Amino acid sequence: MNETEFQAYVQDGGHVETGDPMPEAYRKALIKFIEMHGNSELMGVLPEREWILRAPTLQRKLALTSKVQDEVGHAQLIYRVVEDLGKPRDACLDDLVAGKTKFHNVFHYPTKTWGDVGVIAWLVDAAAIISQKALLKCSYAPYARIMKKICWEESFHILHGRDVVLTMMTGTEEQRELVQEALDRWWGPLMQFHGNPIQADDDPMYLWRIKSQANEDARQQFLDGYVPQVWELGLTVPDPKLRKREEDGVWEYTEPDWDELKHVVTGHGPATERRLGFRRMSREETAWVRRAVLAEAA
Amino acid sequence: MSDNSVAEEILELADDELLIGWRDSEWTGIAPFLEEDVAFSSIAQGEIGHARALYELAARELGTDADALAFDREPGEYRSSPLVELQLVPDWARTIARHWLYETADAIRVAALKESSSPEVAGLAAKIEREEAYHRMHADMWAERLRESSERERFEAAVAELWPYSLGILPDSQRDEFRAKVCETLGRSTPAADPIERGGHTDDFLPLWEEMTSVRRSVAGASW
Amino acid sequence: MIWEVFRQEREGQPFQHGGSLEAPNLEFAEAYAREFYGRRNESVALWIVPRDAVREVGEPYVADVFDRDYRRVDGYSIKVKLKEAREIAAKSAGALSAEGSGPDARAGAE
Repeated sequence: MNETEFQAYVQDGGHVETGDPMPEAYRKALIKFIEMHGNSELMGVLPEREWILRAPTLQRKLALTSKVQDEVGHAQLIYRVVEDLGKPRDACLDDLVAGKTKFHNVFHYPTKTWGDVGVIAWLVDAAAIISQKALLKCSYAPYARIMKKICWEESFHILHGRDVVLTMMTGTEEQRELVQEALDRWWGPLMQFHGNPIQADDDPMYLWRIKSQANEDARQQFLDGYVPQVWELGLTVPDPKLRKREEDGVWEYTEPDWDELKHVVTGHGPATERRLGFRRMSREETAWVRRAVLAEAA
Repeated sequence: MSDNSVAEEILELADDELLIGWRDSEWTGIAPFLEEDVAFSSIAQGEIGHARALYELAARELGTDADALAFDREPGEYRSSPLVELQLVPDWARTIARHWLYETADAIRVAALKESSSPEVAGLAAKIEREEAYHRMHADMWAERLRESSERERFEAAVAELWPYSLGILPDSQRDEFRAKVCETLGRSTPAADPIERGGHTDDFLPLWEEMTSVRRSVAGASW
Repeated sequence: MIWEVFRQEREGQPFQHGGSLEAPNLEFAEAYAREFYGRRNESVALWIVPRDAVREVGEPYVADVFDRDYRRVDGYSIKVKLKEAREIAAKSAGALSAEGSGPDARAGAE
């Protein structure tokens, strides 16, 4: 099969397994996309793990530890897929801490309060799940298969997030302010999360059927599902233009700053360097363990 | 027996489980490799879960609730042993040494609690013992692997350093059994050492307490 | 070492491939398999196999040089024969019931 035939094959619903012949461009695109996903799961752990240590009840501590554990587990599944495509996990992690590869914008921002914990688990995870559900149809079958497990585990996270937010919204005035303040800070990154509205026909990820949902469709799905949930709690969204058009059900909003998104994902977010530095440090400190335990014969 | 006999019996264990669970959860996301990260996180959750069950039991007697016991006491009121307070991240050798020493000691004290005159304490100890079997397996597996590896000395140095602390986990009456178990595994006698007893807190405890209770204290009396 | 994990979701169901993990030996692999595929009680049974022990069987799976339709359901066409056999049976049933035997005769006698 040449590239054109392969593209027709995947667009027609054809599946690709690990050992199958595939165009080099496809394999490289897969590695880049899937590696970024793995990086994101791993970097997403860092903002959340601080709050495990500060969780104000035993139940929240357990729930948050479990959520983060799932995310580490997802990173493991994802990097295994990348490794089987030809890039070893160690190479992925080395490139990540060296700032050579990317991860999603939302994990470049700091967290400030327990309000962030609720907003992240409720809305950031919701935005991610929309993308992840679309990946269930990925032409590369090993990746589509792990997405099934990932989506199932993520369903617990959203419930946890909503519970945290609802408890605060039905609590004190101070707690409600914590949620609103967190939402004000996270709204911008959330609107940028699904990427700029590139046309599907121009998106190689779409042509290879690695992605099967256009960026704008994902964003609209997010707004449709979650803005009503935000408003019904009496929270405001910091975008005066945000509204759903009656004629066609399309959400209008202030155009996100796409330059800012590009700037952030290329390693210039407010928390990027601190987080990569922390990962680099812990990776260096535990290198001896990997050498002694994984590299040496059992 | 005093009025708060159940609480007296189990608060030391509860505080130890809470703090070692808290320390173990510091590794979430940064463990040596991803598979172990997931496994170690389960151990941390197990310990917090045990702490919760123990606090709930004590709370019934004391007329309060588990979260209040876990988070609303003043630093001086915690009964934790110095071993579990130590800040060990990112040192995996010392973390495994503590994990192994703690699980070995804990097995002895939990077995003793199964003989408690309080049926609730005995019952809870039996449940904890069932879950701790998995923790012990994990600790033994790692201790053996490190002892057989090229990094054996690093691990043994960590065990030697933490040995006096680990003696402080148990009451005097249970220490000989602990010495015998450790000696059996290491294949040599344990070093003579003065136990570092419960009662004082290490320098690592106060920063831990401050971080652990920071959100809780930010809005007094709130539900979270 | 890479290990493949097979899991059974419910009793009686087939074992399915769940994923793979890295572990230095069998003991570690078992511990990790439990964590990844069992910590939410989502599996009733787990198998682990070193990846090296798993062999992919190459194609072709059947060498279709000579016709082997006798091994397949579509190699049998019984419609026409069945119709004929039923017609024959109906004719003899008609003849038999005049003599007082066969299923129709029995039914009539009851």
